[in-house]
Amino acid sequence: MRRPLWFAFLLHRVSGLLLALFLPVHFWVLSLAVRDADALESFLSLTERPLVKLAEMGLVFLLAVHIFGGLRLMALELLGWSSGQKTAAAGAVALSLGAATLFLLRAI
Amino acid sequence: MGTLIVNVARGDATERRSERFEVPAYESQTVLDVVSWIQQNADPTLSYRFACRVGMCGSCAMMVNGVPRWTCRTHVQKVAKGGALQIAPLRNLPVIKDLVVDMDPFFDKWVAAKAVHHPSRGRAEPMAEIAPDEPGRVTASAGIECINCAICYAACDTVSGSPDYLGPAALQRAWTLVNDAKDGARDAILDAVSGQGGCHNCHSMGSCTTHCPNDLDPLSAIAGLKRETMRKALRRA
Amino acid sequence: MLNARLFLLQRLSALVMAPLVLGHLALMIYAIQGGLSVGEILGRTQGSWFWGLYYGLFVLAVSVHAGIGLRVIAHEWLGLRRGLDAVTWGVAVGLGLLGLSAVLAVT
Repeated sequence: MRRPLWFAFLLHRVSGLLLALFLPVHFWVLSLAVRDADALESFLSLTERPLVKLAEMGLVFLLAVHIFGGLRLMALELLGWSSGQKTAAAGAVALSLGAATLFLLRAI
Repeated sequence: MGTLIVNVARGDATERRSERFEVPAYESQTVLDVVSWIQQNADPTLSYRFACRVGMCGSCAMMVNGVPRWTCRTHVQKVAKGGALQIAPLRNLPVIKDLVVDMDPFFDKWVAAKAVHHPSRGRAEPMAEIAPDEPGRVTASAGIECINCAICYAACDTVSGSPDYLGPAALQRAWTLVNDAKDGARDAILDAVSGQGGCHNCHSMGSCTTHCPNDLDPLSAIAGLKRETMRKALRRA
Repeated sequence: MLNARLFLLQRLSALVMAPLVLGHLALMIYAIQGGLSVGEILGRTQGSWFWGLYYGLFVLAVSVHAGIGLRVIAHEWLGLRRGLDAVTWGVAVGLGLLGLSAVLAVT
């Protein structure tokens, strides 16, 4: 049943899945700080490339949309806020796009 | 009035096919009228279910243009796309023949959710007095007009992805009983909806509430079960 | 497939992470200006009890949360019926160890 809250569900699942796949890489890169600081420095210099900046913006969006969507779900389940769910889901996406755009604007 | 092009899903569980019928269109015609016209005038071997024709018995639900609906109260004019209808048996349930599904899994899950009344007093005792405006009664009353049509069950994507999931109708009935002061097995119900396939598998997509023909709100009922089971788990911890 | 206990763990880990994620988002948006460098990151985190506890707690919560989340995906999308506990706790322990070693590396 392809309806707005189905898309919200899919977005929450896919963002969570991608974040879970990204985390091992994130942790491994940070752990370079003690093992090989030069390798970390050269890795961080990659973040100056435009494409990498866009990818980072994507990651910010994934994290933001997962938490704002998740807060909506918990308000529905735990506080019983069942009205206006479609509006809330759309708001969560808009807020996340805003956060990701702000990140990109500061990155460039 | 013109003609409707109606594609009907036919066959048994092993062999499925689609058959095309041309049905005369009338004003205020329901989808059930169309199916009955086909069975009475075009192909008497067409199998389908109905009984009351007025939205009380819950037996005539089918997929109409991909959406689960009570066909006796669905007007063709509102759902036909370009003068055409696709009619298929309810989703998420095994097909027996043509438009008839096996409802056993649906009702077995009502039993598995302990969504049946558990008496708390004997016949010799006086009836419990419950005011209609008590909060528990109000919550229970919000969900009791379910006609067991399985439209919510057919609409639910969590049922599709996870066949053990008890589904919206059984869970909503469980929620009405948890809120019913006359039910004597509140804790047993909360345990029954907390296991594998329980209320915690719900992803809050809300298709149940959107498609319920009686405007019930299983989504909120399931959220209520989640809250109540969490409260119980935290008390135990 | 979730039961009440896993659901509770999933929601509790989410509640723990909610303020941490908001802080992490704000920090990313703040810190990205002018680019990233090892010196800048370590200057913030090294020797800091606050950031050590902040990210230590974050790592523990996210490990549990991701383990349970991937369990549900394995069940619903891959049709996995058995070995779900192994998926859950394998992911949780693996992510937890990797994450804690990263936190130790930068503090």
